[in-house]
Amino acid sequence: MEKFTVFTATTVPLLNDNIDTDQLLPKQFLKLIDKKGFGKYLMYAWRYTDDKYTENPEFIFNRPEYRGARILITGDNFGSGSSREHAAWALEDYGFRVVIAGSFGDIHYNNELKNGMLPIVQPLEVRQALASLSPEDEVTVDLPAQKIISPVGTFDFEIDAEWKNKLVHGLDDIGITLQYEDLIAEYERNRPSYWVQEKEK
Amino acid sequence: MSGKSILDKLWERHVITGTEGEPQLIYIDQHYIHEVTSPQAFQGLREAGRTVRRPDLTYGTTDHNVPTVDITTIRDMISKTQLDTLTRNVQDFGIDTALHGSSNQGIVHMVGPESGRTQPGKTIVCGDSHTATHGAFGAIAFGIGTSEVEHVFATQTLWQVKPKKMLVRFMGTPAPGIYAKDYILALIARYGVAAGTGYAVEYVGEAVDALSMEERMTICNMSIEFGAKMGLMNPDEKTYEYVRGRAHAPKDFEAAVADWRTLVSDEDAHYDRVIEIDVSTLAPMATWGTNPEMGVEYGQEFPAARDMNDERAYSYMDLHPGQKLEDIDLGYVFIGSCTNARLSDLVLAARYVQGKKVSDKLTAIVVPGSRPVKRAAEALGLDKIFKEAGFGWRDPGCSMCLGMNPDKVPAGVHCASTSNRNFEDRQGFGSRTHLCSPAMAAAAAIAGRFVDVRELAADLPELPGVDAARAVDETRKAVA
Repeated sequence: MEKFTVFTATTVPLLNDNIDTDQLLPKQFLKLIDKKGFGKYLMYAWRYTDDKYTENPEFIFNRPEYRGARILITGDNFGSGSSREHAAWALEDYGFRVVIAGSFGDIHYNNELKNGMLPIVQPLEVRQALASLSPEDEVTVDLPAQKIISPVGTFDFEIDAEWKNKLVHGLDDIGITLQYEDLIAEYERNRPSYWVQEKEK
Repeated sequence: MSGKSILDKLWERHVITGTEGEPQLIYIDQHYIHEVTSPQAFQGLREAGRTVRRPDLTYGTTDHNVPTVDITTIRDMISKTQLDTLTRNVQDFGIDTALHGSSNQGIVHMVGPESGRTQPGKTIVCGDSHTATHGAFGAIAFGIGTSEVEHVFATQTLWQVKPKKMLVRFMGTPAPGIYAKDYILALIARYGVAAGTGYAVEYVGEAVDALSMEERMTICNMSIEFGAKMGLMNPDEKTYEYVRGRAHAPKDFEAAVADWRTLVSDEDAHYDRVIEIDVSTLAPMATWGTNPEMGVEYGQEFPAARDMNDERAYSYMDLHPGQKLEDIDLGYVFIGSCTNARLSDLVLAARYVQGKKVSDKLTAIVVPGSRPVKRAAEALGLDKIFKEAGFGWRDPGCSMCLGMNPDKVPAGVHCASTSNRNFEDRQGFGSRTHLCSPAMAAAAAIAGRFVDVRELAADLPELPGVDAARAVDETRKAVA
């Protein structure tokens, strides 16, 4: 996983609430069996006017001044719905590394973290202030200090200490867990006996 | 010192290491997989030279891509590749799977309970948000992303922060025509799609006690639409009886039940939030908009648009405030999905359909959730009732709930659907979904529009030779 420490980029606001994972990455793209290349399909039904990838010029992601944005400012309950990690892969592949929302769907929140992205919860006033920035205004997200530094102010944010540690050091979750092998094996020996298969006895 | 809730007791049992309030390493007793969210996880294992730690605690099926007209003919080559990839992966890693076209195949949240693997006291995960379904048995059950699927493959554990606890109490006795689906749709309509975020929701109350296991699964299934990753219920005699005798039920069943009896909430357990709903006051529910909280009772007017989200929803649905459910020009009816495609759902729908004809202005299909349900339904003659009425009778799968297979609602068409999500484009590009109970969907198929099923429920015909006991018996027999 790529390390996340201090990240500076421009922003794009899309303040609709309840942008669900079906909007982020529609089902027709869930059939792919790799993790790469989903960025093209992000927000597919909002971004394109037909099935030939003709861009909808009205949609904010398509406006030239927002093309380079890598921080998304959005509404409540972002990423609600399905567990599809493809939604996080699409956001990341498109270029987003930070999503600032009012709240997140629980599963999607984890999916962003697992892919080296930083989901940040902020109240409406802060998101409205950030949404008022010009497309060229840069915002710095300082994960070690847990601060968003912007032309409209500096804002603190919360993140679980364990997650922060993993992001800052780019740690592989499975590699860490495998260090607990002794404890896992001990747990398995003590599972209820009615669940223990014959072959284990 | 207050008592413990079922969540407290189950959580405590599964912690391997870590402190409450931080991510804790918890053991996973049962891992379900399907073709959509597993390929990248298997690939990750291969790239890292890792293996599946407990293939014996893993069980797979194919559901999302499965064609329902002719299961053996998959014209979409990308779908076929994904299905074939699952077959290769489960063979390579030694995972028992109800493969495409096999006798127990079906929607993952159907086949797990049918096989007897879903049991009280377990932690159950799946790369699928509707995994909360299994919480109806008194299990911690939740959906996970593909990175977490890979983590479970490699370690049989997950790092999770213990959620907050919410109690939802359904009180009273419902009017005839009001079902479990109405309870959960009413909860979501009243409190919103994000009310459950960060919580495990425990459903209790006399109205829950009175439900069958299949109806309980319908409620837990839609916990995610309430924002909660998990929903759970306290196991009781109905739970034990459902599990008893199934292929993967514990061999020492009495020992298991004795233990499970201890895994229920104490009377003085503490909750972070409590919600009460009196089901005796509920009317049949259906949604008008593009998320599950945009729902109304039959007879109620669609609300004024409060913000840009509502405006977008009305525009997408081509409806406006002040209209009612009966004003919707339905063109499709879908009875299926992991929410409402169990045998009791089909029996209920058949009672509203028997001897009648589907309105000639719409298309209606029934998609049983699994092969065992399909076989059991056919043993009871339900297929004939639906086919004679003009319904399509299909092979099992997720089907039109999300339209990953060829089953799609055409653009601009309104569909009464027993599924769980009414998101934009969910059932097909431009589709307009109205979530409702199997009764509302079946009655709408006949009338050509939504009707008040309370008026029909009072003298609903019984199906000859079909009672609840026989139905349960048939599903049990149908599992190969």
